[in-house]
Amino acid sequence: MTCPITIRVQAGDFDAAAEQARMTAGRSDIGAVVAFTGLCRSEQGRLAALELEHYPGMAEEEMTRVADEAARRWPLLGLTAIHRFGPIAPGGNIVLVIAASSHRRAAFEAADFLMDYLKTRAPFWKKEHGADGSAGGWVDAREADDAAAARWDTPMPASTRENR
Amino acid sequence: MKLVYFAWVRERVGVAEEVVDLPAEVKTVAGVIDWLKGRGENYAYAFEHGAFIRTALDRKHARQDAAIAGAGEIAFFPPMTGG
Repeated sequence: MTCPITIRVQAGDFDAAAEQARMTAGRSDIGAVVAFTGLCRSEQGRLAALELEHYPGMAEEEMTRVADEAARRWPLLGLTAIHRFGPIAPGGNIVLVIAASSHRRAAFEAADFLMDYLKTRAPFWKKEHGADGSAGGWVDAREADDAAAARWDTPMPASTRENR
Repeated sequence: MKLVYFAWVRERVGVAEEVVDLPAEVKTVAGVIDWLKGRGENYAYAFEHGAFIRTALDRKHARQDAAIAGAGEIAFFPPMTGG
């Protein structure tokens, strides 16, 4: 099964609806699409912006490695991951993941897996800029994110088991 | 060897990247960190909790016990916080 994979790392915004339309255009085999968008929060008005630093080259390569792994684990018909860098104001888009499959379970699980792995493996770092003009600190990594990624260490996702 | 730094590791070191001549006895990523810590207060500060720092060899995640032979670029950065 071939799964077209789209990976982009960009400063500019993305259009989630347009990306999904591009994935499904001309296809009649896709029965389920799950799209996740991560946005910048103001943290109750405390933040003026987040600054996303990334490792050019490795960011794209690691996102591709994670997407390839998702395509190996689930019967996917399309996979898109877009991550922005640079300053992003509250309400702005940070990351987009779209997973398409014949049935919903694989699409849900693959999108969930991709986000968990992107958060813990893709080389991006968030720095806070305060609404009061202060240069805030770097966001600390959360143990909860590592725990979420570790959920996928079991070799077979539920959808794959059901299909056997 | 090209060394690159990101996020607060970059800020503490004071440069984003540099090219260094590593002594022949430095053979692992952890060895590079130990060697860097001896180069000045900025490095000692950046790597004060050296085991906590994540590393990559030629843009692939690597453990600190990985051998650096054959690599052209070593990256040092905090745990990732994207997504």
